Amino acid sequence: MSEHIKRINTPLTAEMADSLAMGDNVLISGVIYTARDAVHKRFADLIKEGKELPLDLDGQIIYYVGPAPAKPGLACGPAGPTTSYRMDSVAPLLLEKGLKGMIGKGLRSAAVVESMKKNKAVYFAATGGAAALIAKSILSVEAVAYEELGTEALQKMVVSDFPAIVVIDNKGNNLYEQGPKKYQS
Amino acid sequence: MREISCDQIIVTVKDLFLRANYDIGDDILAGLRSGLEKEESDTGKAIIQQIISNNKIASTERIAICQDTGMAILFVKLGQEVQITGGNFNEAVNEGVRQAYVGGYLRKSVVNEPLFERKNTQDNTPAIVYVEIVPGDKICFEVTAKGFGSENMSSLAMLTPADGVEGVKKFVVDTVKKAGPNPCPPVIVGVGIGGSIDKAAQIAKKATLRKLGSPHQDDRYGLLEQEILAEINKLGIGPGGLGGRTTALAVHIEFHPAHIASLPVAVNICCHAARHAAQEI
Repeated sequence: MSEHIKRINTPLTAEMADSLAMGDNVLISGVIYTARDAVHKRFADLIKEGKELPLDLDGQIIYYVGPAPAKPGLACGPAGPTTSYRMDSVAPLLLEKGLKGMIGKGLRSAAVVESMKKNKAVYFAATGGAAALIAKSILSVEAVAYEELGTEALQKMVVSDFPAIVVIDNKGNNLYEQGPKKYQS
Repeated sequence: MREISCDQIIVTVKDLFLRANYDIGDDILAGLRSGLEKEESDTGKAIIQQIISNNKIASTERIAICQDTGMAILFVKLGQEVQITGGNFNEAVNEGVRQAYVGGYLRKSVVNEPLFERKNTQDNTPAIVYVEIVPGDKICFEVTAKGFGSENMSSLAMLTPADGVEGVKKFVVDTVKKAGPNPCPPVIVGVGIGGSIDKAAQIAKKATLRKLGSPHQDDRYGLLEQEILAEINKLGIGPGGLGGRTTALAVHIEFHPAHIASLPVAVNICCHAARHAAQEI
């Protein structure tokens, strides 16, 4: 596991995605998009109907999050990751459309990992339950679509030094599988 | 009879949910610090440090510890000599929840109906309320703002009496193993043993509210808690599920008398953001 921290900017280039390895600590800066259960369901329906998505996913990173409301004066309310497996049935469809990164927490299905390898995408984990800390790295939040979904809306976030760890790299190396092995006794 | 007004109930419930969501308990902080000392994984240590920093920020800035500010669940001990005045008890509890979640910048995470419409109720009501009538003239509220990343990893089994202690251990450890990184480890594992399908689940939830560092008063169960905790912490899952020794901070068991034919076991997993608070009025 690398000790130093890698700084990455969005959109995620193929070279950058290639350079990231399981266990890398990263600080992400730039634009990321929030989407969780409800947006994934809508995306799946649009793709099924052959319709356009409300954003171009090429090179983008999606953050699985539903922020708490922001107190006046703050850019964003507490905003830690939600559990990723609920997005697994839709994630491969988005990876096919060029999505390069996903930020969440928890296990991914074999189908998602296969699609990540095929489409050269990276899965990052942010620390679950560190929502107040993570919010400090979020500079602005703005709804892009489905505003009626409230916390679940598709939102554009501008982040600076957003802390995450590469859990599954684009070769399919998985820290959730490798990490625990050393401590199983 | 002692009179307690609905207004008092509203203020108490509101205050409890604000406190629970902003201020992690001293017991949980102590558990995290102890985990940090024992943790061998550098990544694991870094995750626990992030969690401790996060909890300090939330408490200082009066913002939520976690964006999932949970479903509001209350265990109420209602003294039989109390007369509730000025309204309806259940409405007062829900009004307290409403005021905390709407006024306190907490996320509204409850939908009106689970299957067809799933429309957000916009105020995090209704709360789930368990009321026990007890002697006395006070009302004691124990509340939890229960996050659902961990709730989703909970499980229940109707074991047979022959499965016994080993069966219970295996089911609890297997449930935590299967959950892996999903429920935001280090977790607190609430275990309800005995009763019926509903009773086991209810006491498993109640077990997650017990203060860390207070083992079961029945030594046999206290020992079993320690044994299961040791086995869980050999799974290697660690903080954030990225590998390490600190998978669970505690295992809490509650039991209830059981039917001769059954051994129900419920495992309710609670994330490290174990947000609970209590108040007697």
